[in-house]
Amino acid sequence: MSRVTLDRRAGATSRPARRNGRGPRRPASRTEARNARTAAVFVLPFFALFGLCFLAPIGYALHQSLFITERTGPLGLGGRQREVFAGLANYAQALSDDRFLTGFGRVLLFGAVQIPLMIVLATALALLLESASARGVPFFRSAFFLPYGVPGVIASILWGFLYVPGISPLVKIAGDLGWDVDFLARGTVLWSIANIVTWQFTGYNMLVLIAQLKAVPGELYEAARIDGAGAWQIARHIKIPLIRPALVLTGVFSIIGTLQLFAEPMVLRPLASSIDSGFTPNLHAYSEAFVGNNQHAAAAEAVLLALVACVLSFGFLRLTGGRAKGRG
Amino acid sequence: MTRPPVRHRIITASLLTVAALYFLVPVYWLAVSATKNSADLFGTFGFWFSDHPRPVEYLAEVLTYDHGIYARWFANSLFYAGVGAVCATLLSAAAGYALAKFPFRGREALFNVVLAGVLIPGTALALPLYFLFSAMGLSNTYWAVLIPSVVSPFGVYLCRIYAAAAVPDSLLEAARIDGAGEARIFGGLGLRLMTPALVTVFLFQFVHIWNNYFLPLVMLSDSGLYPIQLGLTSWTGYADRQPVLYQYTVGGAFLSVVPLMVLMTVLQRYWRTGLTEGSVKA
Repeated sequence: MSRVTLDRRAGATSRPARRNGRGPRRPASRTEARNARTAAVFVLPFFALFGLCFLAPIGYALHQSLFITERTGPLGLGGRQREVFAGLANYAQALSDDRFLTGFGRVLLFGAVQIPLMIVLATALALLLESASARGVPFFRSAFFLPYGVPGVIASILWGFLYVPGISPLVKIAGDLGWDVDFLARGTVLWSIANIVTWQFTGYNMLVLIAQLKAVPGELYEAARIDGAGAWQIARHIKIPLIRPALVLTGVFSIIGTLQLFAEPMVLRPLASSIDSGFTPNLHAYSEAFVGNNQHAAAAEAVLLALVACVLSFGFLRLTGGRAKGRG
Repeated sequence: MTRPPVRHRIITASLLTVAALYFLVPVYWLAVSATKNSADLFGTFGFWFSDHPRPVEYLAEVLTYDHGIYARWFANSLFYAGVGAVCATLLSAAAGYALAKFPFRGREALFNVVLAGVLIPGTALALPLYFLFSAMGLSNTYWAVLIPSVVSPFGVYLCRIYAAAAVPDSLLEAARIDGAGEARIFGGLGLRLMTPALVTVFLFQFVHIWNNYFLPLVMLSDSGLYPIQLGLTSWTGYADRQPVLYQYTVGGAFLSVVPLMVLMTVLQRYWRTGLTEGSVKA
């Protein structure tokens, strides 16, 4: 960052030089007031919409989650409805709902397996592509990145066809080899979904890692090579430690992505009877809102989901950040 | 530099090839299947063509089915993603530029709010957003998908980092001495110097909106407002009763994937520069 301020206004001392806010603090001057006004104009459109689309929904959901709908008609049907304050009843209900909790357990298991697998694969591919032994790098890089251009829903439709017996060439080939596979069975469908997610995002993560590898000065490798380090040693002791920040970044985004798991199970649902409306927490909240028509319960579940995502992301950041400091 | 041993080159090439097969075969299947009609989709081997491949004819059927609803979905997707990404880029640029270049009290606090926004999962927000918009009478309109799409905390984050590094204070001061107003300085200098970051923000947001499924799913009930993804899943939902929709789903998926994949491949370079900005300085 360039902090060199060319003072073109020789002699014009009526205003203090702007020092990027890092200089000795000056009394609130006209410059500062003008700064604040200009900044306000620039940031206002974004923050107004940010407030509408991020803060207000969270506030509204928190509020909604504290109420329940009471129907006052005969038999509780029809008649008038009114909103009654219920405290944490919706949360208590969500947290004692077996299907909701099972869904959480399922995505956590999914993440614990799929995220490390994907990141290891992405790292391996990035290192292979950046190694001196690789040929045809632009082709392979594009090939690996291509699935990122396929939206989750399309990827799920696509793989869905590759999973369903009768249309899938994979099932047919496996059958011809005497291997009776069922990608959509109760025990396997979660891993079939993991395959879709891995297929889509490995190339993207690989590109993030390559970007960071490129930022490493080449002399570093040259020096290690002169010292007699092999390709594997350079990867293990120089490259991987240096791409830590990118690994952390991909890790955090993967955790957030996993908790949102929705499109894949939603699309595969008609094909796989083992996927129920509580398969993932998100699917559960969605069914609660649109099938069960219970906004308040859905709001509570959405809040819980956001909370868990934040705790996990920040926890992961702290964990990895702390270790990096310990090493340095 | 010494040449790596042949053994290394062979191992590397085979590993890369296996990986390429994994990533490309499903796309290859989609391309082959788009040349088949319903009967052949089920009746012929998936990894090879049928006896009568008719891609043009079958893809034309996709486009004309149900009064050309597919073309409408495609246009909707382009509208949401195009307009949404342009607006998101401009809003992010203005906010990021101001956060980088105008020291004011509460600046860091504001920036931390943006960072928290990056970490909030989008789908956890979509339901509350629907409740709010529906209370405001905005659900099931173009606005319901467009408004949330123009807010990109990640864009602000990237623009701030980039502006801090790429827009020199001295240049802004010089422009001020010359008597230019802040808006003109931003439009003429700031935006131009931030172009690489802006391209990245635009691309990320475009893909993000294009791929978004949950938000339109909860917001929209009128199929005329659907983006492609939502339209295609509505077809698969009816395919049990109308098997020809399997064929149209495959053809529609193929048509929607091709332009984006071309864009992806061409623009990889920009992604890399953007990603470096984002990750290295985080």
